[in-house]
Formats: sequence, structure tokens, C-alpha cells
Amino acid sequence: MLFKLSLKNIRKSFRDYTVYFFTLVVGVAVFYVFNAIESQTVMMEVTANTREIIRLMTEALSSISVFVSFVLGFLIVYASQFLIKRRNKEFGIYLTLGMGKRKISMILFLETLLIGIVSLVAGLFVGAGLSQLMSAFVANMFEADMTEYKFIFSTDACLKTILYFSVMYIVVMVFNTINISRCRLIELLQAERRSEKQKLKNPWLCVLIFIAASAVLGYAYYMVTAGFGKLDTVDKIVPPICMGIVSTFLIFWSLSGLLLRIVMSLKGIYYRGLNSFTLRQISSKINTQVVSISIICLMLFVTICTLSACLSVRNTLTMQLDEMAAADVEMTKHVGITDIEKETMSESAMAVYGLSIKEIYEAVGIDLFSSLTDVVEGHIYMDAQLTFGATLGDLLESIQSQYTFLGYDTVEDIVALSEYNAAAAVFGNETFTLAEDEYLIVADFQSMVNIRNLTLQQGQELTVFGHLLKPKYAECKTGWLEMSGSHVNAGIIVVPDAVVQDGFCWKEFLLANYAADKKEEKREIEEQVQGIWHQNNWHNVSADGMVNITMADGSVQQFSVEDLNSSLPIIDTRIDISEAMVGMGGLMAFIGLYLGVIFLISSAALLALKELSESADNKERYHMLRKLGADESMLNRALFRQIGIFFLAPLLLAAVHSVFGILFSIHVLEVFGTVGLAKSIATTVLILAAIYGGYFLLTYFSSKNIIRGR
Amino acid sequence: MLKYIKIKKGNKLMETILKIDGIEKFYGSKSSLTKALNDISFTVDRGEFVAIMGASGSGKTTLLNCISTIDRVTSGHIWVGDVDITKLKGNDLNKFRREQLGFIFQDFNLLDTLTAYENIALALSIQNVPASAIDAKVDSVALELGVEDELNKYPYQMSGGQKQRVACARAIITEPKLVLADEPTGALDSKSAKLLLDRFRYLNGKLGTTILMVTHDSFTASYATRVIFIKDGKLFNEIRRGSDNRKQFFEKIIDVVTLLGGDVSDAL
Repeated sequence: MLFKLSLKNIRKSFRDYTVYFFTLVVGVAVFYVFNAIESQTVMMEVTANTREIIRLMTEALSSISVFVSFVLGFLIVYASQFLIKRRNKEFGIYLTLGMGKRKISMILFLETLLIGIVSLVAGLFVGAGLSQLMSAFVANMFEADMTEYKFIFSTDACLKTILYFSVMYIVVMVFNTINISRCRLIELLQAERRSEKQKLKNPWLCVLIFIAASAVLGYAYYMVTAGFGKLDTVDKIVPPICMGIVSTFLIFWSLSGLLLRIVMSLKGIYYRGLNSFTLRQISSKINTQVVSISIICLMLFVTICTLSACLSVRNTLTMQLDEMAAADVEMTKHVGITDIEKETMSESAMAVYGLSIKEIYEAVGIDLFSSLTDVVEGHIYMDAQLTFGATLGDLLESIQSQYTFLGYDTVEDIVALSEYNAAAAVFGNETFTLAEDEYLIVADFQSMVNIRNLTLQQGQELTVFGHLLKPKYAECKTGWLEMSGSHVNAGIIVVPDAVVQDGFCWKEFLLANYAADKKEEKREIEEQVQGIWHQNNWHNVSADGMVNITMADGSVQQFSVEDLNSSLPIIDTRIDISEAMVGMGGLMAFIGLYLGVIFLISSAALLALKELSESADNKERYHMLRKLGADESMLNRALFRQIGIFFLAPLLLAAVHSVFGILFSIHVLEVFGTVGLAKSIATTVLILAAIYGGYFLLTYFSSKNIIRGR
Repeated sequence: MLKYIKIKKGNKLMETILKIDGIEKFYGSKSSLTKALNDISFTVDRGEFVAIMGASGSGKTTLLNCISTIDRVTSGHIWVGDVDITKLKGNDLNKFRREQLGFIFQDFNLLDTLTAYENIALALSIQNVPASAIDAKVDSVALELGVEDELNKYPYQMSGGQKQRVACARAIITEPKLVLADEPTGALDSKSAKLLLDRFRYLNGKLGTTILMVTHDSFTASYATRVIFIKDGKLFNEIRRGSDNRKQFFEKIIDVVTLLGGDVSDAL
């Protein structure tokens, strides 16, 4: 009997439940899809590297799932409480008919159970379908072989989804039971009769608060953009965030009071058609909904920023690959020894340090160089006197006060012009010429470029190995010597060849391409290159663990394996970097999409639920307007405006927030670069329009049905 | 083509505002047919104040709903002026409703989010009356109904009588051909009811507003110039006030009500 009642109740309030149910299904589906990625990719043939990246990715998504479950849990609890409240009268009638509170709780329990089971099943069904698309997407991303397509259903993800959502539903049931046991019959029966008092807020107070809130918001905007340099520690971002949250609330609070006042004073607009009705509707609700609108606004803001930032990082990573990793392999090896190291190192270890990259490979018996082409070798020098602080000259103090966190004692990298040009040619970067007394700086880390440009514009002269040099250009030139997935070169000083002194070389680098065209051949060479890190590839190790090396002067020296191991070249390859970049990009895109979609459906569903119940409450009012002779089109327009404003208001402020949020993220994500920002913002807008706009239309058309009445 | 029916009565030119011609309204299926209205015909002239009386379930509200185009008749015709409103559809219906009719309901039906002023003005703004013309009209109609001090109040701040007079102001501000009132005193105490009915009479007598009122209360009906009785969906009787005063007319009504079967008199 109770079960029947529950079923009928659900069917009856289906109008209220549609959006809720739809959101649950989407939530379950999205949750499943992002947790099923690992199982979806198990079958794919990918390199060990990629496998590792996928593992990292699933771990990251799994921890994000915990956060996501909190967001969804909040939504579900809130929405169900909201829907329950709308049925107070129904419960009141049950009580007057002699039904006990325990039975009513039971009805609600059954209802939640039913909705839970149906939404889980439907969501998993949808999710299983979507995750097939997802695996195609992942395969495409990692260029994995998809010829052996198989339908995969992830039991792990399925169980996880069921577990997480069951917990959420149980929380809902607990809340329901508490709610029912606490309420009194008279309140239930009279729930509908409350006459909401219309109070106009003091307009001057509103204006004052609006101005104050805008000022605070403006200052917070300033802090995260123009004042970015002062945010040197993570905790300093908290004040502007808090200011943003508080001012968002206050702006909606004051605007809700002002909007009505302003339009009311424009009599021509206020008394046209149903405008007065629409506006009163909005302002009567906005008073009680300021908090939820603020929350929705902030959620939209987070969505927009996360999505566009994540997508832009992904775009940049993929777009920059050719530019950043132009050579197949780059090796670097320390060859200089600092004074401190000299004291702690054994003599034999120091000798290994002195070996060049080529010598090391020859020593362990790996024939590498026959399969490399376009080999460029170069050296990086250091002048202990030439620290970063020293290059700033007179500006040091003022810059130091602004950017307290930079390493001003770091010794600068110096490179000879001819070697730099050779490397730049491989990378496809600009090459330069220098007069005897000139230097230039190459860098691509934007905030360092900005700082360095200040001194270059002043023509700061530097003393390098005793030579006084003046800058050739009044700005940093774009360039780098180390391949990496992102723009991290903080600055290298390029000087004429004659300036550098051999004794001060501390690092050797070697760039090369693989002498192969096909991907498989390249991978083979890659294995050889990387092989130096695995001792079992070494050919001429004697039984006692020593390696004989013929030195440049013809003498033969013995080195221990241990010493050699401590000084192997660091290897960056194009394949490694590209896999890391693709993986990183994929991770970013997934995180952005995951969080974005969850936040969007949560906030849109909240709004939709509120508006739908509002429409149900307003049914009588619309009916009355119809009796007064208002056309259907007039009513629909009024409804459209009313719902539209409620959807638009948080979105507009969120858009303004996002402009500054994205400006902020450009600073934060500088190392990645933000080349694809416009594209990713466009993608974000599309996703937003599809989901948020979809909810809006769903709400509008359902509301239209509701007010259509008889 | 039905034209204005003009009857010479003394030297006053009478014009038929409403002509109801054999309307029927059936509910239910063929096996269990409920005849809510069964062949009802009558006419209302300009400047008349007509009360329709009947017991609960006699069909009086259905009749009003049909005239106000909220409900559709099963057969028959209703003419308002020279328009057959049973033939109207969609937005023509809405246009007719907002231009020709004024409504007063038992439960006032004011919009609780709007002030009295805005409630009255809404009827005009739905008709796209420019805002500049609204002010003067609202003020004058509020004065007629004695709610000029209530204009800035919200419905929850007003008494039932005040609310009903505001609703009345809203109904007549568009100068409709016909004002339809559905149990207008139903939710009022006797003092407020009397005050409202005095206003009705004033509107009818001084401004010439045509009023068609549905009620089951003999006292309320005694304010009208003519009372039409219906029973079980059929016209039962009709009495005119003529030269009687209100008290004499009231007694005549009571007589008919007694004849009707007594169930109406319960409401006294």
C-alpha cells in the first residue's frame, strides 16, 4: 500500500521531479564515465610511458570524484529537501487521516529508494554508452590502436558509482526522516497560506551597499590581475576570493532592491503590458533567493574559469609540441664541479664528471652516434660574479621589493653565440650576431621577460668574465636551450665566443635527430638512447664492476660503475615530451570537463527546480491574468522574461568575474602558455550554452506547460 | 445577421448588451450525462443590473463561465454586442475578454505581489494603454470606489471589503460593456458586503455600468434591478424590481426562493 502510494506520488509530482531526475541521471552517468577511464583503456596498446600517464590520470580523476560527490551530494540533499517542502500539505492530509509520522517517513524512504534505483540504473546505462565514446576519445588522444574495438563495462566504476550515490541517497533519507519527525500538523496544513510580505529595501542603503560592494569587487579584481606580483604565496589569494564572495552576495542583495525601484520610476516601461507583474514576481523572489543566486553565480564562475583554463592548457600543450620539442633528443650533463662538490666528492667521481656525453656513451659501449644526425653540441658557462641580482643593476632594489620571492643570488647561465645559434637553428628559433662588446638575453618565461626587459631598456651593462658588455637589444629575445613542454626559460645570457672561458663551463648539451623516418625505427633508436640508464645494456663492464675508458690524451682510466651512474646525462626526447604533454593535456581536459559539467548541471538544476516550483505556485496568478484578457503570447513573454532574468543574472556577474578569473589564470598558467585561450573560451561558451541553455529551455517549456492550466 | 435589438421604453433607447440564445452545457459521457445548462435564453440591456440566483450546483457559475468565455458551451449562442462569442478563438477571445468584460471574483483574485494601484493599472497596461494615461484613470476610479487611500497597499494589508472594491475598480477601469461578478460578497462580512453593493448600485445608476452578478444570497440579489432564477440548469423564474424599494424587492425574492425549494434560503 505504502509502495503504491509512493509510486503514485512520484508519478503525480513528475513535473517537479523531471529536472531533478534528469540531473541525477546525468550526474550518475558523468561520474561513471570519468571513473571508468582506466578500465576503458586497459585493452589499448600503448607505451609504458602512456600507461603510466593514464594511471596518474585515473588517480587524479578518482580523487576529484570525491570532491564531485560532495557537490552532487549537496545538490541531491538540497533538491530533495526542496521538493519535500512543496508537499507539506500532502503530508498534513496524511497526518489528519491518522497516518503516523513513521509511515510518512516510510513513504518518503520508498520514494527516495525508487528514484535512487531508477536514476542509478538509467545513469549507468547512459554512462556505459558514453564511456565507449570516451575510450575512442582517449585512444585518439594517445594515438592508440583502436582496431580491436570491444564494448567494455567497468564493474569497478559501476560499483564505485553505486556506492557513492547510495551514500548520498541514505543522507537524503536521514534528512527526510528528521524533517518529518520535527514538523507540526498545523504548519503542514497552512504551509501554502503564508502570505509573503513585500518589503521594499531602503533605496539609499541599496545604492550605498551596491557602490561599496562594487568597490570591494573592483579591488579584488585589481589584486588578482594588476596586483598579481604581490600574490607571492598561496594564502594571499584567500582575501580577494573572500572579497569576491561577499561582494557577489551584496551586489545581488542591493540590485534586487534597486532593480524594482529603477524600473518602477520608468513608468513608461513599468506599466507596459505585464512588465509590472513580471518585475514584482522577480523582486519578490530575488529577496529570498539572493543566497542561492550568489552560490549559483560563483559556481558558474568556477565552471567557466576551470573549463577554459584547463582546455587552454591542453590546447597549448598540443599546439606547442612542434615548437618546443623540435629535436628528437637532447642530452645535458654537468661537467663543471663547484667548490663545495670538490670537497665531498671522491677523485674518481670527479673524473667521471669531467667526461663528455660522447665519452660516456663510448665508455659503456653503446654505439649511439651512428644513428644520430644533425648533432649539435654546446656548453653553458657560469661566472660566479654574475648573479641574477647583478644583471638587474640599479633596479635591483625596486624589483626586489615588488617580487620578493625570486632567487636573486642564482648564477646566470652564459652561452657562446656560435653554439647558441647552432642550437637555435635546430629549434627553428631566431639566430643572432653580436659585436665584440655586446650581449643579448634569450628567455620565454613571460614574467621574467618582463622583469629583464626593464633593465635591458635601461641599457644595463654586464661584466662577463672580465669583459664589459652592453645589451644589443632593449628586450629579451625568444629562445631556449632546453627542450620542455612549456615555456620555462627564465633567461640565458648569450655572449660573443671570445668572452667565454673554458674553465668555467659547467654543463654540456647535445641536440640531435634520429636517423630514421619511420615511427618504429625512431622508437628503436630511442630505446638505445635511453638504454644508458640501464646497466645491463653496458657492454664492457669487467667482472669486478669497473669500466675502462680511453681518455682524450690516449691514456686508459678505470671507473667504477657506481661513479658512472652518478653522472649519466639527462635525456629529454621528443617522444617523451610529447607523451607527457598529451597526457598532461588530456588530464587537464578531463578535469576541466568533469568539474565543469558537474558544476554546471548542479547550478542549472538548482535554478531550474526553483523556477519550476515557482511556476507551479504562480499558476493561479497566470490564470487570473488570462481572465483579465492577457494573450497567451503576453503570458509566455512574461514567463520567458521572468525565468530568463533568473538564469541570466548569475550568469552575467559570473561572466564579469570570469574575465578577471581568466586574466588571473593567464598569470598562473604562464609556464604552460595560453596560446589557445580564445579557442578554449569559445569551447567553454559552447558547453555552457548547451548545458545551461538546455536547462533554461527545459525550465521554460515545462513552466509553459504548468501555467497552461486547464 | 443579428443587429442591435432596440426597444423603445419611454423615451430611453434600450440596447441589448448580452443575448443568450438557447445555450446548453453538458458534462460527462453519453452514459452518464450531466446537463449543467439546459436550454437557457435571456437578454440583458445596457445599464441593467442583473442578478442570477440559484442553489449550489444549479449551473449559475457554469453560466457565468460560459459568458466570460472561460468555458465553452455545448450548443447555443451568446452574443455580446453584435459578436457571437461562442465563435471566437485564441487571441480573439483574449482580446474580447480584455476589451469588453470586467471580472469580479468571490476571492478577489488580486495579484498579491502588486500594490492596489498596480493591480488596477494592470488591467489597462494589458490593453497597452500608455503609462501617461494610466495615472489619472486609476485615481478617478479609485475615488469612485472609495479606495483612494489604499492605492499603495498590498493585498495582505487590506481588509476583504477593500480588496473587493479594488478588484471592482480593476474590473471597471477599462470601461467594459459588461461587468461579471461571481459571488462578489461571498467572502465579505455583512458591513463590507453592503458597502460593496452600494458601490455596485452607484456604478450602475450613475455611470450606467451593466452588471451581471451571480449569487445565492437574496440580500445581495435585492440590490439588482432584475433577478433571474435558475434551477437544475434551467430558467426557473425572473422578477423585475420595477418601482419597488429594495426591501419590497427582497421580500419578493424570498418568495421565489421559497418556491424554488428552500435550499437557497439556507443561505440567508
